[in-house]
Amino acid sequence: MSNEAVVDEAGRPIAMVEGLPGVVSDWSSDQRAFKRVPWGKAMMWIFLLSDTFIFSIFLTSYMTVRMTTTVPWPNTSEVFALTVFGEHIPLILIAIMTFILISSSGTMAMAVKFGYEKKRKITTYLILATALFGASFVGMQVFEWSKLIFEEGVRPWGNPMGSAQFGAAFFMITGFHGFHVSVGVVLLLIVARKVWTGDLENMRPGFFTGRKGGYEIVEIVGLYWHFVDLVWVFIFAFFYLW
Amino acid sequence: MSNVAHDAHDYVPPVEIPEMELYHPKTWLGKYIFCQDAKVIAIQYSIVAIGIGLVALVMSLLMRVQLGWPGTFDFIDPAGYIQLVTMHGMIMVVYLLTALFLGGFGNYLIPLMVGARDMVFPFVNMLSFWIYFIAVLVLVASLFVPGGASGAGWTLYPPQAILPGTPGSGTGIILMLVSLSLFIVGFTMGGLNYVVTVLQARTRGMTLMRMPLTVWGIFMATVLALLAFPALLVACIMMLLDATIGTSFFMPAVVSMGQQLDYEGGSPILFQHLFWFFGHPEVYIVALPAFGIVSDLLSVHARKNIFGYRMMVWAIVIIAALSFVVWAHHMYVSGMNPYFGFFFATTTLIIAVPTAIKVYNWVLTLWRGNIRLNVPMLFAIGFIFTFVNGGLTGLFLGNVTIDLPLSDTMFVVAHFHMVMAVSPILVVFGAIYHWYPKITGRMLDDTLGKFHFWTTFLGTYAIYYPMHYLGFLGVPRRYYSIEGTSFIPESAADLNVAISIAAIFVGAVQLVFLYNLFVSYFRGKEAGPNPWEATTLEWQTADTPPKHGNFGEKLPLVYRWAYDYSVPGAEQDFIPQNVPPSVGAQTVDDEDEEDYEQHS
Repeated sequence: MSNEAVVDEAGRPIAMVEGLPGVVSDWSSDQRAFKRVPWGKAMMWIFLLSDTFIFSIFLTSYMTVRMTTTVPWPNTSEVFALTVFGEHIPLILIAIMTFILISSSGTMAMAVKFGYEKKRKITTYLILATALFGASFVGMQVFEWSKLIFEEGVRPWGNPMGSAQFGAAFFMITGFHGFHVSVGVVLLLIVARKVWTGDLENMRPGFFTGRKGGYEIVEIVGLYWHFVDLVWVFIFAFFYLW
Repeated sequence: MSNVAHDAHDYVPPVEIPEMELYHPKTWLGKYIFCQDAKVIAIQYSIVAIGIGLVALVMSLLMRVQLGWPGTFDFIDPAGYIQLVTMHGMIMVVYLLTALFLGGFGNYLIPLMVGARDMVFPFVNMLSFWIYFIAVLVLVASLFVPGGASGAGWTLYPPQAILPGTPGSGTGIILMLVSLSLFIVGFTMGGLNYVVTVLQARTRGMTLMRMPLTVWGIFMATVLALLAFPALLVACIMMLLDATIGTSFFMPAVVSMGQQLDYEGGSPILFQHLFWFFGHPEVYIVALPAFGIVSDLLSVHARKNIFGYRMMVWAIVIIAALSFVVWAHHMYVSGMNPYFGFFFATTTLIIAVPTAIKVYNWVLTLWRGNIRLNVPMLFAIGFIFTFVNGGLTGLFLGNVTIDLPLSDTMFVVAHFHMVMAVSPILVVFGAIYHWYPKITGRMLDDTLGKFHFWTTFLGTYAIYYPMHYLGFLGVPRRYYSIEGTSFIPESAADLNVAISIAAIFVGAVQLVFLYNLFVSYFRGKEAGPNPWEATTLEWQTADTPPKHGNFGEKLPLVYRWAYDYSVPGAEQDFIPQNVPPSVGAQTVDDEDEEDYEQHS
């Protein structure tokens, strides 16, 4: 039950209708509404929809308090500027972080492709590379946080640059996103191990769940990873650039 | 057997999804505690939900005791009273009704009714229950911490929720927020399961438009919950930060007890928006499963197909969609731009249209039906009365100009108890009487059931009807005592006594129900596989109660919709969903081959 043509139990292909009539025919059919989608993947998509609401509400709330606060909002491009080799560059760290996270989506996409081709070695390397990118993103976030906390004196309840909600929203939103990235890294490491040891091919039951997995779990964790990446783009746009 | 049944075909499409892999635990813990069978999880959910619900019931009786006889009972002080109000509301709405309808009935009925062996991810489903259980424990713990449970009102509005002076503004509110967050995490795990099971794991022949309305109701409610709970989760996180480390998301500059606090620049209204963006869909999270279940109860016991099945499905979908654009009608008195009020009043009134369609269809289902006044049917008909009642007062409150004077009076209390407390709980009772024979294999006692229905149904009217009148008099809600309020006539106090007596009576009657549940489990009449002669798949299982895997050797094949009752020309007055239309149909597997040739 993966990307191949939809077949029944005897391996006979099931006729599929293309385009919009196809959507109608799939939804009015029995058994499955999304014909090519395994359960885990459907579940991840619906979870991500729910998670989208969480992040949208975080961002909307941040914008609301930014409007209600009576004190001016700090200038983000100044706050997040670094002096590198004597040059004062605004948002440089954030730019690098963004670049790294978006690159990690590239390696993830390739891992999914090679996963379905069952090339275990290269898939493992690509997943590990993605995890490494993710870990370095979190590392840079730790650097960014500690710089703000220890050098600039930004606290969740106040800061010297302006509105108290700046620190509150910053730590809450980037913290929640960083938590997502960290969870993603752990998931990636678990999946990388499963690919490397061949558990997916040998259909070894999972440690906790006692159930067998297939290569679609690479794609499922990939979906999560791309989502976390996409959310960052919005955080970047709404929090850092605005 | 020739008949003119709706949507019945001999052809069943070939298998697309492989047999579900069932997990057979080897340890005692795995079998009985951390069980992954959806039916066991359902029962675990139900027991915990009903248990904590009983606590909330006792709380409501304590409140009534205070309102009926103010000053008589020393152990209820004003702070304790508002804590009772808060905990009663929160427990009933979230920890009882949401958990029971979705975690309880959802887990039990979805796999059985759509013809699946289990939920798609039983392990995650099991975790869902245990996280819910921890959430309940945390909530209960908040009753025993210094300062007591939160007394912020069930809406937990800041700034007062976390300011000194409000009972439980220290540890109480923090535990409440933590508990709610845990509940949301746990629910999400279960909810994803329910949605994916309905969308991707139905049996052969079970199209979405052949699903019983119970499944439709629970399914759409779960979708709502997955999209609405995020707002509450975010609100909880932000309030936790405000309460613990001193951020000012919801806190403006506040002078409290003569002291300027360290808060500045936050927006209390933001919390109200977030809360009600969750809160209004929450009403429908509770109502939609009730709608679905009541439709099935009416159809089964009136021996008639549900009137306007497709319309019923679409009404559920439309109500679900609209419920996301009406939230600010809870905030008319918070102050808002008149155009916003106009918008939200309009959407609120529009939502009455699909709701009214449903009510008409229920009544038309009864019309000229072969009604069997079994206990579940009584509760279902009772629901129509209480729901119409609560729905009509909802139209009052949906209008800005009428809401303003009635807001925060007993009228509001009467309205929402009628529409989202009494109505869903009547459906819960009806559903328990209906499915108890399948769950335990034994019938509940009929006489006790009828006694339970009539006393509960009439008793709730005795409680809530006079409350509307108190609301018109201007009696405010959440008040510890209305003594010495000059504009309220003294007769209001007498009415309060009457209401309290009725409430204590209705509360006591529930003991009869619990007794019935308990005794019938051991001594009830043997039910047999299909005591109500219903068509849906859960009544066609190989064993009663169904074993792990639900359907025995072979999954059922579905040939028709769920409402073939009293089909003209049919031998029996019901045709189960897994009975093919043709006479002497070949065994299904042979037929499959031919069908495949014809249809490819």
